[in-house]
Order: sequence, then structure tokens, then C-alpha cells
Amino acid sequence: MTLAHWTNRLAIGALALASGFAGGAATFYSPVHAAGGEPIHIERQEWSFAGVRGRFDREQLQRGFQVYKEVCASCHGLKRVYFRNLVERGGPMFDEESVKALAASWPNQIFDGPNENGDIATRRGALIKRPALLSDPILGPYDNDKQARAAQNGALPPDLSLITKARSVEFHGGVFAHIGQMLMDIANGYQEAGANYLYALLTGYKDPPKGVTLADGMNYNAAFPGHQIAMVAPFVDGSVKYQNEAVPRTVSQYSKDVTAFLAWAADPRLEERKRMGWLVMLYLLVTAVLLYFAKKRLWSTLH
Amino acid sequence: MASETENPNRRDFLTVAATSWVAVGAAATLWPLIQQMNPDASTQALASVEVDLSPVKEGQAITVMWRGKPVFVRNRTKAEIEQANKVPVTDLIDRYARNDAIAETAAASDQNRVKKDHENWLVMVGICTHLGCIPKGQALGDNKGDYGGWFCPCHGSHYDTAGRIRKGPAPENFKVPTYQFVSDTKIKIG
Amino acid sequence: MANHEDTFKPGSRLSQWLDERLPVARMMHGQFVDFPTPRNLNYLWTFGGILTFCLGVQIITGIVLAMHYVPNDKMAFDSIEHIRRNVNYGWLLRSVHAVGASMFFVAVYVHIARGLYYGSYKAPREILWILGVIIYLLMMATGFLGYTLPWGQMSFWGVTVITNLFSSLDAVIPGLGTAIVTWLWGGYSVSGVTLNRFFSLHYLLPFVIAGVVGLHIWALHVVGQNNPIGIDIKTKSDSVPMAPYAVMKDLFALFVFIMLFAWFVFFAPDYLGHADNYVEANPLVTPPHIVPEWYYLPFYAILRAVPSKLGGVVLMFGSILVLLFLPWLDTSRVRSARYRPIFKWLLVLFFFTFLALGYLGSKPAEGIYVLWAQIFTAYYFLFFLVLMPIVGVLETPSPMPRSITESVLGDRAAPAKS
Repeated sequence: MTLAHWTNRLAIGALALASGFAGGAATFYSPVHAAGGEPIHIERQEWSFAGVRGRFDREQLQRGFQVYKEVCASCHGLKRVYFRNLVERGGPMFDEESVKALAASWPNQIFDGPNENGDIATRRGALIKRPALLSDPILGPYDNDKQARAAQNGALPPDLSLITKARSVEFHGGVFAHIGQMLMDIANGYQEAGANYLYALLTGYKDPPKGVTLADGMNYNAAFPGHQIAMVAPFVDGSVKYQNEAVPRTVSQYSKDVTAFLAWAADPRLEERKRMGWLVMLYLLVTAVLLYFAKKRLWSTLH
Repeated sequence: MASETENPNRRDFLTVAATSWVAVGAAATLWPLIQQMNPDASTQALASVEVDLSPVKEGQAITVMWRGKPVFVRNRTKAEIEQANKVPVTDLIDRYARNDAIAETAAASDQNRVKKDHENWLVMVGICTHLGCIPKGQALGDNKGDYGGWFCPCHGSHYDTAGRIRKGPAPENFKVPTYQFVSDTKIKIG
Repeated sequence: MANHEDTFKPGSRLSQWLDERLPVARMMHGQFVDFPTPRNLNYLWTFGGILTFCLGVQIITGIVLAMHYVPNDKMAFDSIEHIRRNVNYGWLLRSVHAVGASMFFVAVYVHIARGLYYGSYKAPREILWILGVIIYLLMMATGFLGYTLPWGQMSFWGVTVITNLFSSLDAVIPGLGTAIVTWLWGGYSVSGVTLNRFFSLHYLLPFVIAGVVGLHIWALHVVGQNNPIGIDIKTKSDSVPMAPYAVMKDLFALFVFIMLFAWFVFFAPDYLGHADNYVEANPLVTPPHIVPEWYYLPFYAILRAVPSKLGGVVLMFGSILVLLFLPWLDTSRVRSARYRPIFKWLLVLFFFTFLALGYLGSKPAEGIYVLWAQIFTAYYFLFFLVLMPIVGVLETPSPMPRSITESVLGDRAAPAKS
């Protein structure tokens, strides 16, 4: 092996490595910015559904739904999730009868268009609605964004169906630490930045530091970009009564549970996806190994 | 090494095994591509519909949509029911009731196509069993065909007052979907 | 390499009958079975097949997704969610298509880098190379159009920003740029009209790509494949028949590649995308940080490195179009960088530059990032326009093997065969 040979090898290696990295290296999460402020650090959390073997914790999803129902649903909709989804595999898996009853009693009912007389509103001006069925979406209290803003002092409570996918976290640190982190995340199948952010937001309500004046109707939140958020702190310790008394009734536990539930809401096929992923990877590995030896044997006849 | 390379069996086995695995994977990949065209979860979950029967007078009919299909609901007159009852099942082109709520082999008698105590109400999927047109006979002025029921103008199928095929190319009676009477004047289809 | 031995023998009466009338099987046999492949190809040569696979995957999943997608600004976002949640295996098909776009670009960058390193653009492969650059441009256009379709925030603002590039032409002829942009949009802002035409074009372009790929392969099979030492096939022992040798090797490499592909599809399907695209398009709110998909980032960095609107646009397009002139910018007699001691390291530095520009493209255009982007942009053009022509003349190539066979078998080959 000559020196020239090794420099060649090195150059090819650099080329291959560089090309391989191109995918990962340039990838990033679109960041949550502090408006003009210093970077906000968002803690990474342990989630049962993170990673290549991640699964939802059924009980946690059920608790999370309870938190959503009792607290969040008074302002936020979940319109891309249907009542039937709550019964399906891979989700909270409530039993069908109780979800049917839940749908029928859900306060935010379904507007189906003009009734048989062609009316869309009652005499008092409210939309004519019917109770929800399993096949209906889980709606929030407002008929449209304008109604929501009018009721919420100009702020719009976003629909929560995709919230954990629609938020992310900026990486703070050097180039190489960043690339290393990305490769680790890809290798571990960890893409839970949105959940981390949401948890940080829900637990991020604090008294404003000295020198910070809040605008009218705003609240201080350590995780929110710009730190001034219209939403009031949603939880206090003990505000949601879990059936299982062993589970702590704390703001942190509520935040964790509802975040897990919303992570499922945003990615209801997560478990199916990862389960199939293992089968596919196993198949690919076996085939690739077979092909490698078939190729090796074939080419060995040449030399 | 030389003896191994000259042994064709092992190479053949490896190559055959490897390429068969590739073929298996390619075939498995077809499954999602085919399956995606089947009805999706939201279509499958489509709700049942409730129909208020109170505005439908004797001799009148309404058409409602259920799973994207028209459902004929007719409030039959005494004469129409009698006419339907008079026909022996053996005279029919299709002798089966075609009622989703009862056995597949049930005979196409008038009772088997309606609900007990609500014999005046005939509820059927209003699609001609020939090639899927929607027959005439719902509106008052429509051509109801030779048997006073429905008439499909596409290829001339005649249905009687129990929605049974009597003449023309259609092979089967109108299909009766599963439905229940929620109250005396309200049914739930599906 | 049209003049290699033809070993095709019709197997049956029917195939003989067909062979006398439409010898398509004979042609395929000649081009994809008998076709002589240099025996010293390394695994970087498997990416042509991988790219063909990627194109097939995108077309098939795309056709299937179009059965469920609605190209309407009110319904596009909802229809994607419908695909993810309700359609049978919709989540899988959509992830394969989205991740597939990224994988397509990973493969094409490796393919291009391989071409640069081993001088695959040099005579007689100029047309082959130029067709490749055209495919790359079409891929960029298709990827951009496709990214519009989910109608998320990043889709909407990506379209707004990229189509606005053309408004820089106002600096050349006042009103021209604005007119072009209005024409592209079909209105005075990006709207449902724009989405509808982008969908139409996104469906069309892959078939155009397939056509140009056909030409690319045709051109390849006329001049034959380059190889790591850059010396043509001279004797029969320099090559092996494509099937089964190269085919089996390609297949193995393809499966390794699919493993990477599948990993993203099943374990990190959203990692290569933007969180903002899970927020429905809102013409009243721009996300704080607009960035294109990762595969455009190097060019995005070049765009932003220049403090002039028109200048940035010209340099960005120039950075791709310069590739078309490569066969004539490189003055060296030697193809493979393996035997070009100076050029090799300049090229490696260029690869690094490209990656660095990609990284900088993902960073906000402020402070030190802009300066670095300017430095790397300068090297990008310096490399192609100055170093490449000069080094080709000045450099003394290192000693090369006399033939492919010698490079593979070394001393064992020479005496017996010649």
C-alpha cells in the first residue's frame, strides 16, 4: 500500500462521508425564536413514545385526554381527531360505548348545514347543531376564528390536533455538537422536540423577572418566544382529579400527560409505523446480507 | 477456494435466495399501493342517518341519502300492499328477499321486505340492480312501470309495489338496508 | 459501446417471431445484460441505479397520493391530514413520498460528487453530463413545486419568497420582474390559483425527468461508463457483462440505501421537514425563519451572501449553470482526481465548501454567518472559474496504471495476458 493509495482512500472516504452527511448535516428544526431576546433553553424530556421502540402509555393517554377535556377543551379544539379515534388501536383505546356517550354529551356540537326548513340558525341566532357521533370531530367551543378572537380578547387559541408537530426547538451550541445531536436523534428515532416545547410551555408560567413589564392581559412564560403569552396558566396542582390516586395531581404531571395525549393526536399512526418499521428493517437486513454474499460469490469467480 | 467457486449449487442457492427475497419485498410493497384505494377510515365510519317519516302521506315517497346512495322510502297504500301480497313467490324473477336484516335465503314475500307492524313503509336502496341507474317512480307524476312500483328508464326494468323485479334485464330485487324504527314516525338507516 | 458482442438468443418461437418484428428484447439484452461494465467500478457507481429507483418511487407514490390529495387552497392541508390519518396506509405513502424527495437528493449529490471526482464530465461524456445537469435542475423545480402542495406555512412562504426571486428582473427592465411574478402566481399574491397550477406542473415534471433520464442512459450507453482510474476499456478483461455482475452489485447497494430510506420513513419521518409546515398556510403571518428544504440550502446561502437582490439571484442561478460548462472549464488531460495531486485537494475543499454553505443556509442571515457565506461563495466560483482551468494546465499527474485490468489485478495481470 503506497502513500498515494492511502491519500486516495482518504479522499474517497471524505467524499463519501461528506455526501452521506449532506442529508443530516443540513437538516434542522425550524426554531422557536425569542423575539430579540436571549436563546430559550428547552429541556429534553423522556417520552414513552420517543425512540425506535417508542409506544404510547395507554393510561397516560387516557389521563391526558381527561386533562384536555376538563381544561384545554374550554378554549381549544381538536378538530382533526374524531371520537372514533379514541377507540382505535394505538390510541387511548377507551371502550366504544363510553366514547359514544361522551360524543353525545360533548358540549361543542356539530353544525350540519341548513336543516329541513332551510334554516341555519335558531331564532336567537345560534347555529342549529346536533349532538356528535363517533364519526364526528372533537370540536372546540368556537364556530370560527373570529368568534374565538372576539371571546378571547383578540388572541386565537390554536387547534391542538397538530400542536406537537407544529412546534420545535432551536439547537443552541456549536456546529459539531449540533451535527452530532442530529445524527444521534436520527439514529435513535427521536423527533420529540415539539412535545418538549409544549411541556416546557405548560410548566413555564412564572412571575416575570424584575424589569419586565407585561402588556395588558398577558402572562409571563419562560418557554414562550418573547415570554408574553395570552393564555393564562391552565393548571394548578390538584385541579384535575385522576381516578388512579397513585398518579400525582401536579401541574408537571398534567402537563406531561396532556402533552403525551396531544403527541398521539398529532401522530395517531405512530405505533403502527414503528411496528411495521421493525419488520421492514429486518426484511431489508436479511435481503441485504443475502445480496452481499451472492454478490461476493459471483465476483469471486472473476479474479 | 477453487473447489468452492466451481461448485455451482451454492452460488445458485445464494443468488436464488437473494433474488427471491427481493421479489417477496417487491410483492409486499404492492399491498399498501392496492389497499389505499379501498374505503378509508372516515368513509367506513360514516354514520347512520335518521329519517323523519311524519311528512310522508300515504301514497307518497321520499328519497334520502345514505352512504352516498339514494334510499327510497314509500308510504304504500292498502291497494299497493294487497297487490304485492297477491303475487306468488314462484312467479318472481328473483325469489330472494334481499333484505340485509334477515337470512339470505329468505323468500321474497312482501312481509320479508318490510318491518312487522309497519307494513306500509317500504325502505330500499334505490339503485337498479341491473347497471346502477336510479329508477323512476318516486315522484307522483313518474312512470311507475307495468307493475305500479318503479321503472328504470335506462334499460327498461319494471319493479312492483314491493320493489321486486318483474320484467326487464335487472337480475335482483331492490336491496333492503338494515334499519330500525326509532319511533313510529322515525327510522334510523344503517 | 454499441459494438459489443450480441449474445441474445430468442428463447421461444414467440420471442423469435417478436425479435424479427420489434427486437426490443434484443435491445434490452444488449444494453442491460451484455453491456460491458468496467470491472473496477466502486460502490459510488451504484447511485445511477439508486436514482432510477428513487424516481420510480416518487412517481408511483405520487400518483397514488394524487388520488387523495385536493389541490385547493381551502382543502389541501386538510387532505394531507386526511391521508395521514384516514386513508389506508396513507401515512406510509405520504412519508415515503416526502422522505423520498430527500433521499433522491442525497443520492443525486453523491452521484454528482462522484462525477466531479472521477472526471465523468470530460470528453467524450459532455452531453451525458449536461443531460445530468438538466435532470438536476428539473428535480429542483419538481421538489420545489411539490413542497408547495401541503399548503403549510413553509409551503406558502417558500413559494412567496422563491417566486419573488423573479421580481429582481425589475432591475433590468422595470416592470418585467413584476409581470413575470404576477403571471406565475395568476394573481397579485400567492393563492389557490397558484397552488392549482403548481400541482399540475408537479405532476407533469417527473415524466419529463423520466424522459431526460432515458436520454441520459442512452448517452451513457453510447460512450460507456467512466471508472475510478478514468482510462477507457481497452481489452475484454477490462470489463464484465452488466448482468449478472454489475446488476447484483447495484442490487446490494440499493438495499443498503433503502435501509437508510426506510429508517427515516418509519422512525423519523418528520425529521427532514419543518415544524412550520404543520401549520396551515396563513397569508397574514410569516414564520420567523423561512428556510427551504435542506437540499436547496447551499444555493440559498449563496443567494443571501450577496447584498444585492439581482446580484444574489444571478449568482444563485449561476452557481448551478456553471456546471454546464465544466467539460470545457477543466483543462486537464487526466480524468480521475485520483491521479491529480493538486486538483484532488481543491476538489475536497470544494465539497467541504458546499456542505458549509448548506449549513450556513440553515442559519439566519446575520452577523458572522453572512461573512462565512461570502467566503465560501467566493471559493465556489473561484474553484470552477479560475482554479479548474489553471490547475489543469499546471499540474503534473501522478503515474497511472496502463489499463483497468492492471489497476484491479496489479502485477498478477500483466505478463500472462499481454
